[in-house]
Amino acid sequence: MIERAANPPLPAGDPTTPDSIPRERNQWWDVWDQFRTHKGAMAGLFFLLGITLFCLIGPLLWGVDPNTLDIRNKDLRPVVNALWGVEKVSWAHPFGTDNLGRDIMAQTMQGGRISLAVGWTAMILAIVIGTFVGVIAGYFPRLDGLLMRLTDLFLALPLLPLLLVMMLLFRDPLRAAFGPEQGIFILIVIGIGITSWMQTARIVRGDVLALKEREYVLAARSIGTPSRRIITRHLLPNVLSPIMVSATLGLATAIITESAISFLGLGFPPDYPTWGKLLADAVPRMVSFPERVIWPGLAISLTVLAVNYIGDGLRDALDPRIRGT
Amino acid sequence: MLDDTTPLVRIRDLKMHFPIYSGMLRRQTGAVKAVDGVSFDIKRGETLGLVGESGCGKSTCGRAVLRLYDITDGSIQIDGVEIGNAGQSALRPLRPAMQMVFQDPQASLNPRMTVEAIIREPLDEHTTLSKTDKAQKVLDLMDAVGLNRRFAKRYPHTFSGGQRQRIGIARALALNPKFIVCDEPIAALDVSIQAQVVNLLEDLQEQFGLTYLFISHDLSMVRHIAQRIAVMYLGKVVELAPRDPLYDAPLHPYTRALLSAVPEPDPAISQTRKRVVLQGDVPSPANPPDGCNFCTRCPAVMDVCRRIDPTFQEVEPGRFVACHLYENHASKTEKAEAHANQQGS
Repeated sequence: MIERAANPPLPAGDPTTPDSIPRERNQWWDVWDQFRTHKGAMAGLFFLLGITLFCLIGPLLWGVDPNTLDIRNKDLRPVVNALWGVEKVSWAHPFGTDNLGRDIMAQTMQGGRISLAVGWTAMILAIVIGTFVGVIAGYFPRLDGLLMRLTDLFLALPLLPLLLVMMLLFRDPLRAAFGPEQGIFILIVIGIGITSWMQTARIVRGDVLALKEREYVLAARSIGTPSRRIITRHLLPNVLSPIMVSATLGLATAIITESAISFLGLGFPPDYPTWGKLLADAVPRMVSFPERVIWPGLAISLTVLAVNYIGDGLRDALDPRIRGT
Repeated sequence: MLDDTTPLVRIRDLKMHFPIYSGMLRRQTGAVKAVDGVSFDIKRGETLGLVGESGCGKSTCGRAVLRLYDITDGSIQIDGVEIGNAGQSALRPLRPAMQMVFQDPQASLNPRMTVEAIIREPLDEHTTLSKTDKAQKVLDLMDAVGLNRRFAKRYPHTFSGGQRQRIGIARALALNPKFIVCDEPIAALDVSIQAQVVNLLEDLQEQFGLTYLFISHDLSMVRHIAQRIAVMYLGKVVELAPRDPLYDAPLHPYTRALLSAVPEPDPAISQTRKRVVLQGDVPSPANPPDGCNFCTRCPAVMDVCRRIDPTFQEVEPGRFVACHLYENHASKTEKAEAHANQQGS
């Protein structure tokens, strides 16, 4: 969709003429080359890969069940002990244990799975809805008023109360239909998705309004290109930058909103850790055990930062003017 | 079938009004009369120059002729087919015959597409050629407009203005059109590049038998390329004549003023010749004056000009002008009618 030029390269013309086109390499290699020059984006990519592997493969390697209670080993804090020079440090639980003796590293891994899954899915849902509404509203003046008033309507809704009401109304039927975890997952993803597409829709609409008056869109119309292909060929690739920016911000918002819902106790079931809930559980004893807030907090903020940098690098890499090809 | 003497393009009373909405209820309170009753023919293989100052409706006229806008009124026939009120989907099969070259070569090329993809777009839309055939056709077109084949995979921003304009011309040529609207194709280029592009357009015209509507405000360039010239002022054609008579003896006062503004390279002549300098500004096309549109600035204005819009009529064979100075060529009855109307009102 982004690079039409990413089609298979032209077959080299007649090889006897010196002017024939040299066999070009795939344009995605140029994108990758440009992406690699962005140090922040590369660091972000490695961090994101790392934390994704940590969450996906980590539980298999670590092998500690995040929900096992071990009351005798509660409140272990090896990092603090090591930093403040306590002699005998046990590294059996590297991140320590909480007040019920559950291993925090296992919980962070398990929580990361949920948080990342919720973040990505909700963000993709919001971007798809937002881009669709924005492009349609910007391109077809007849639908503009209606769709933008709808966007205003959604913006005016108080987000958190709406989500809480949704949770109360739909939790039980969805649980019955898809099982406790699946049901809540679908509910949270849809809830976050349909309450966070409005910014994207507005930004995309504004850009489409400007772009559709450009001469290349007029040229496409003079060729007879139908509207749907004008949109996919000329408009979408050119609104990619703002979409990318709102996608990275959207991922962050989705993870944080999920944390907020879990914090309020209406998210996943209590024995189901997410980064947001780990944070919420640790807050009451934050003064005595600050590291328990720091682990999930670091995971959330570094993931968000990494995705922001990746988005930044991708935006540059996908723009041929910056890429210099 | 149509013979060669029928005009390829026949425009009658073309009107393009853009509505103005205002007030709380967004009611239509007026219209910008960008093109207000324009008529002309373009013969096969001919270049018709369309000149006029900025904002007089030249570009809108060119775009309306290709039906890039939904026109307000009038008739457009291209190759005998009436397209004035056809829907956009009905126009699609007719699009290959009529193409457009745009003014700003930077803005008319999608920055995210390679040259090859840009030139291939019309082929993708209207032909069922195989990938290799399309690629070959793109290379042929690049040869035809003088672009190096090795540039096919580059993006528009790596080219100079003249090269970009060549890409735009190659795109317009891709479907073997009969009629091309050149919307100020040289206005955004250096003088040295302008000559190259104009010569390229002339060569292509000879090679492919093209018909041009050449929109420009550069009178010397229009003199070079066009066989007949239409002069527009405030949405109307005020004079339409073959090139040489128009430049040698302009009839309409506005044409005279325009031509006197062309710089004269010979200092001896330029010191002695008399310039016609127009006073004031162009009236707003949303609120044109009563009578002749030019009456507010015309050096030869008469009383009748402020009341009655002059008719666009043939005063000499092939020369049309809309001006009361030449009304005596018209029939006396028309004048009498106008007189009667005036007394009646």
